[in-house]
Amino acid sequence: MMSKLIKDGAIVANEWQLLDKPESASAAVPAGKVIVHLSVWLEQKDTLISRSDIGVWLDNVDTADLLGSDAQQLPLVAVNFPVFMDGRGFTAARLLRERYGFEGELRAIGNFIRDQLCYLKRCGVNAFACSDEINMEAALASLNDFSESYQVAIDTPLPLFRRRA
Amino acid sequence: MYLYDKFDHKILAERVAQFRDQTERFLTGELKPEEFLPLRLQNGLYVQRLAPMLRVNVPYGMVNAPQLRKLAHVARKYDKGYVHISTRQNVQFNWPNLSEVPDILAELAEVEMHATQSSGNCIRNTTSDQFAGIALDESIDPRPYCEIIRQWSSFHPEFAFLPRKFKIAVTGASDDRAAVQVHDIGLQMQRNAAGEIGFRVLVGGGLGRTPVIGSMIREFLPEQDLLSYLDAVLRVYNQLGNRLNKYKARIKILVRAITPAVFAEKVEAEWMHLKDSAAKLTQAEIDRARGFFTEPAYESLDGTAAQASLNALTADNKAFGKWLERNVIEHSKAGYAAITLSLKPTGVAPGDVTDVQLEAIADLAEQFSFGEARTTHQQNIVLGDVKKSDLFTLWQACKKYGFATPNIDTLTDLICCPGGDFCSLANAKSLPIADDIQRAFSDMDYVYDLGDIDLNISGCMNACGHHHVGHIGIIGVDKKGEEFYQVQLGGNAGTNTSLGKVIGPSFRREEVTGVIQKVLDIYLENRTEEELFIDTYRRLGMAPYKARIYPKAEEAK
Repeated sequence: MMSKLIKDGAIVANEWQLLDKPESASAAVPAGKVIVHLSVWLEQKDTLISRSDIGVWLDNVDTADLLGSDAQQLPLVAVNFPVFMDGRGFTAARLLRERYGFEGELRAIGNFIRDQLCYLKRCGVNAFACSDEINMEAALASLNDFSESYQVAIDTPLPLFRRRA
Repeated sequence: MYLYDKFDHKILAERVAQFRDQTERFLTGELKPEEFLPLRLQNGLYVQRLAPMLRVNVPYGMVNAPQLRKLAHVARKYDKGYVHISTRQNVQFNWPNLSEVPDILAELAEVEMHATQSSGNCIRNTTSDQFAGIALDESIDPRPYCEIIRQWSSFHPEFAFLPRKFKIAVTGASDDRAAVQVHDIGLQMQRNAAGEIGFRVLVGGGLGRTPVIGSMIREFLPEQDLLSYLDAVLRVYNQLGNRLNKYKARIKILVRAITPAVFAEKVEAEWMHLKDSAAKLTQAEIDRARGFFTEPAYESLDGTAAQASLNALTADNKAFGKWLERNVIEHSKAGYAAITLSLKPTGVAPGDVTDVQLEAIADLAEQFSFGEARTTHQQNIVLGDVKKSDLFTLWQACKKYGFATPNIDTLTDLICCPGGDFCSLANAKSLPIADDIQRAFSDMDYVYDLGDIDLNISGCMNACGHHHVGHIGIIGVDKKGEEFYQVQLGGNAGTNTSLGKVIGPSFRREEVTGVIQKVLDIYLENRTEEELFIDTYRRLGMAPYKARIYPKAEEAK
C-alpha cells in the first residue's frame, strides 16, 4: 500500500491499492479500489468496465495509445517510472490528457524524484505516489518551482508567445 | 540580438533558485549523487578528471560585450582566469567549485546567459552559422528561429529525460557552416515556389561512435509549423528510442532501425494531431523574433573605394595582407567585412581564451562591430560587422591581444576537444597532438600553400572534436592502457558532408606528425591547380595514402 500521496496540491490519504503485473493477464482482480496493469485491463475489460473502482497503470514500455480512449471510462490512470531517468511517462501522461480525453486522476508511481514533480504536473499528472524518501512538504512546494513557462502543456493551454504582452 | 523581457528573466531566475536548492540538498546529503547527476548536467555541470566543468550556453553563438565582460569576471573570480570555446559554440569553465556554481549562474543570469540544458539527455543549445545575418550566400537569417527554438526547448516538461542528448542546428545559407547534416535534427531554411519561408528537415545525423549523415524527412516545413513538428519528432523519439543501451540511444539509431521513411510516417501521424494546436507559431511571434535581428545602423559606404584603400595598405604590408586573406570575409553590406579572431596560436590550447582577452574582445566589439561577437564551432570568435576602413586598426589591436594569427581554415586552425587532460571520458590526450602539429607545421608559407584544410582531433569516439568530419581526423584510442591515435581521411562538414575513413592501424603520439606529413606530401605531389586537399583525396581514394603510410603491409600483399 502506498502511504503518501500528493493530489491536486495537497497531501492526502491514498485509497487505492496498486497490483503488480500478474504473470497471466486473466488473473482474478480482487474487490476494492485497485489499480491493475494495462495487460489485465485489456484482457478483462468486458467485465472490469462495470466496476467503478478500477484504475489502470502503464509501465514505461506501455505507450498511451494502448489504453487509448478507454481511459475516459476510468477514474484513475497511473504512469510508472521504474527508474527516474526513463522519461517515457512524461509523454504517456500528456497523451492521455490531450489526445485520449482522460479527465480523472492521473497518478505518477514508481521511482520518480521530487525534482521532476513540476514537469510531471505540466504534463497533466495531478497525483504523486511519493516514495518514502521524498519529503512531502518540500515536494508540494516544488510543484511551484516555476511560475511561468514557455511551452504549451496541460497546465498551460497557451504557449508564452500567445500570452506575451 | 535577442533581449530578455520580464518573462525570460523570471523563468531564468526561478531556474537558478531551483538549482541552488538542488545543490544545497546534494551538499547536505539529502539528494543522492545519482539523482543530482542529471539535475546538475541539465545546468551545465560535469564532474571532470580534476574538477567540475561548467558549460555555459552561447545560444546560436551570439554574444554581446556585457556578456563577454561577465564571462571574463566569472573566469577571474570563480575560475583560473580563462575559458574554453567548445565545438558547440559554448563556453566552458574548467575549474569552478561546485558550491559556487549557483552564484555563477546567478551572475550570468544578470546578463541573460545560462547553462540550461547544455548537457544531459535533453534538448541542447541550438547551433547555427557563425555568419548568420551577414553572409553573402544566405537567403534567410536563421537566428530568429533559433531563438524561438531556444525558448521552446528550455524547460520543456515532456523532453527533459530523453533516451540521450539531442542537438539541433539551423542554417539559412547555401554553404552549410552549421554542420546540419550531422545533427539529431538539421534545419535548412528555404523559400518554396510561393515565396513562403520554411525548413527542409533532416533527422538522425550525428557523430559519436556511430557517425551517420542525417536523412531528409520533410522537404518543406512551413515556418509557422516549426514547433509543433519538433514536438512530434521528439515525441516519437521519446517513446521509441532505445533506453537499454546508451550507445544505441541516439535518434540516429532509431531512424536507421525503422528506416527514415517509416520514421517520417510516424512523425507525420503525430504531427497531424499537433499542427493546428496552440503550438502553431503566430506571425506576431515570428515578427517579434525577427525584430531582434534587424540590421544594425550600417553606414552607407562605397565598397569599391574601401577595397581600394585596403589593397593599397596590403601593398606595403604583407602580414596585413595575409590576415585579410585568411581571417576576413566579405560581408553582405558594401564596405563591411566579417573578421575571425583566431584562438589557435601555437602554444595555447585550441579555443582557450583568457579573461583579459575576453575583455579585449568586448572592447573591440564595441569599438568596431556594434557591440556583438559570435563564437564558432571551429572554436574561434567572429566580429561580424566591421567597416573595411577600420580593418588596419583592428588588425593591430588583434596582434596586441594575440588574435591575429592568420591561419583561419588552414591546417593549424584545428578543432580539438579538451581531451584526456581534462575530460574523464577521453581515451587519450588531444591537446598535445594539436600542439605537436602546430609546431611541426609552423612555416606559414607552407601552410598557405596547402590551402583550406580541416584537421579535427577528438580524444575519444564521443567525437567532441568532430574528427569524423575533418578532412584529416585524428582520434585517441586506448590500447591496453596506452594512448594511441587513429588517423582518418576524407571527412567533410560542409555542404557535401562526408564521413572520414580510418587509414589503418593506430600510431603512437610521436608518430602522428610524420603521418600527417606523408598525407600532405601525397596531396602536394598529386593536386591539380584548382584542387583543395579534400578534392584530391576524393579523386585519388585511400590507396596511395595507405601505401605511403604502411609500405610494409603493401609489400606483404
